[in-house]
Amino acid sequence: MSDSGSLGRFFHVAWLIMRKDVTVEMRSREILYTTAFFALSCVLVFAFSFVREGRAIEDAASGILWIAIAFSGTLALGRTFERERTNETLHALLMAPADRPAVYLGKLLGVVALMAVVEAVLVPLVGLLFQAPIGTHPMYLAMLLATGTIGFAAVGTLFAAMLIRARSRDVLLPVLLYPITIPVIIAGVRGTATLFSGGDATMARAWLGMLVFFDVVFITLALWTFEAVMTE
Amino acid sequence: MNGSPLDFDRVTIAEVSRHFGRRRALAKVSVTLEAGQITGLLGPNGAGKSTLLSILATLAMPSTGEVRYGTVTAREGGPAVRERLGVLAHELHLYPELTARENLLFFGRLYDLADVESRTGEALARAGLTERANDFVSGFSRGMRQRLALERALLHRPRLLLLDEPFTGLDDASARSLVERLAGLRGEGAIVLVTTHDLDLVDGLLDQAIILKDGRVADVQRPVHDLRDHYRRLVGRGGLA
Amino acid sequence: MSRRLFVPAVLAAMVMFALAPVFIAWAPRETTMGVVQKIFYYHVPSAMMLFLSAFVCGIASAVFLFGRRAAADRVAVAAAELVVVFGVIVLVTGPLWARKAWGVWWQWEARLTSTLVLWMIFLAYLLLRRYGGPGSDRLSAGLALFGMANVPFVYLSVNWWRTLHPKTSVVPTLDPAMRGAFWWSVVAFLLLYVALLAARLRVEQQRSRLEAAYLALDE
Repeated sequence: MSDSGSLGRFFHVAWLIMRKDVTVEMRSREILYTTAFFALSCVLVFAFSFVREGRAIEDAASGILWIAIAFSGTLALGRTFERERTNETLHALLMAPADRPAVYLGKLLGVVALMAVVEAVLVPLVGLLFQAPIGTHPMYLAMLLATGTIGFAAVGTLFAAMLIRARSRDVLLPVLLYPITIPVIIAGVRGTATLFSGGDATMARAWLGMLVFFDVVFITLALWTFEAVMTE
Repeated sequence: MNGSPLDFDRVTIAEVSRHFGRRRALAKVSVTLEAGQITGLLGPNGAGKSTLLSILATLAMPSTGEVRYGTVTAREGGPAVRERLGVLAHELHLYPELTARENLLFFGRLYDLADVESRTGEALARAGLTERANDFVSGFSRGMRQRLALERALLHRPRLLLLDEPFTGLDDASARSLVERLAGLRGEGAIVLVTTHDLDLVDGLLDQAIILKDGRVADVQRPVHDLRDHYRRLVGRGGLA
Repeated sequence: MSRRLFVPAVLAAMVMFALAPVFIAWAPRETTMGVVQKIFYYHVPSAMMLFLSAFVCGIASAVFLFGRRAAADRVAVAAAELVVVFGVIVLVTGPLWARKAWGVWWQWEARLTSTLVLWMIFLAYLLLRRYGGPGSDRLSAGLALFGMANVPFVYLSVNWWRTLHPKTSVVPTLDPAMRGAFWWSVVAFLLLYVALLAARLRVEQQRSRLEAAYLALDE
């Protein structure tokens, strides 16, 4: 398009938006604290269902971890976009002279950063509470968490952004998000479970491959559809 | 201005309709906005003013008809059209968690302004907020926010300026200085569209008045005279609450 | 178009469905499943129509989103509703099969689970359209596009998830003597699908015509 549409400018705008989100969040820490606390509540609630005679049942740890990630991620997505809605600042971002998908990318990076911080607390805690061996394949675990979080947030950011002008957006976000992200949840839970059960990493590699593929497909699709769904 | 690849001195709104199912927000609205003119967009609540504003702001698309910025539509022009567009919306488009200076710097960088620091300083001075530059916007009064939001909208010196109820929350002195500011922008060749309920304030200011009623243009008055009487006759009440 | 398609499709579907039981009864009785195996002749074609309809909805949504054609949106909403309708048939007949085959009403079998997920995506589509407020047509088009792209991922992930556990073979290789009745059913369901789509499309067309009339009345 114009010179303002160059690739460097695209990433610069995304970076500016992410940095703005991080600055705002560092000041209030509202989303971070509430989301992290909510994630811990999830762990606690599920612990009562999956712990028998003091020990977690088989594969429960990875399931609880990913449920906590998905639930708290939904909360973070909702709050992040509620912030952009109150003063209609999302409109201001959409009116900026940049390609509009850059706004999507910026918001996505912000959400991923937030979820990563929550996971940094959550993962050791789950390891501790359920005797899950998080240290046996740390690289694979980190990569599963990264690709899974990116996939979940990639779909979630688009949906939360487009629901900003819908009625009953609070309930509609999980309604739309969970069915679509089921492959991410399955891959995350099963991949992590093979790592936790102490087996070799072959299966985890396969799940990782699927997650990478999912991320590529859905980020591409979201960048492609963002402007069309955001313009009324 | 930044070697902008696109500029225009006229916005043509041609047969623009917008409907949601069987509810119609705008019906075949045709108006032209010219450089160096201030146009008032008037009408009771629900007349379609905000729908027209969001179409002009490239946030919504008309169901039928089109808007041309010079020769291009928003879709054809993309970022190049948005670069020439400044909007002061009712919801102000400010981040309350950021300071006044940070808000201006963020948007200045988003618009890729070369001299963003100096422009921010000037804008803060014009808003009378130099002393409060490093205070969070959340602590500002409505009037202070309104002044800051106006400067934010003008930071990149837009060609087309859309103002939604800009006098809300302003005291008399600020309102008068806003009127002067708009007159100055007219002199610089801006295309200004303003919605307001305060007809007395803008009576001498407007070059053109568009009165919307039930989504259609009830009248285009040009030049503007006896605005209040005229408005009351057309809209059928003096209700300018 | 929908009217010209509707009458012949309905007539043909009626004839085919009237004759279907005959062919299904003629087909050989399967030894282990007995008469319950006959569910297969309705279950599998319904599932095929579900995937076809999901595909139709996704393509129509893409056309609507990028081409801004109202007609494409009407096709999308009609197809989305039919995904849910055929999904109900699949999800009712599936457990009936499961009860006989494995003694449980629900088995987390790969194909059945994938169908459930897909069905939920399109149920979410309808919820969004119903409760999303103005402009939800564009939002739901985005969802449909994501739903369609998601089909291979859902299928693959559910399949891998299940193969980590004892695998159960569900659909026995089809006896050649059953093929006639099976394909007869597939064609019957396809005609039914076309007829329902045409009928639903016609309702949507009338509705948009009515809306246009309301708007014109306002002029």
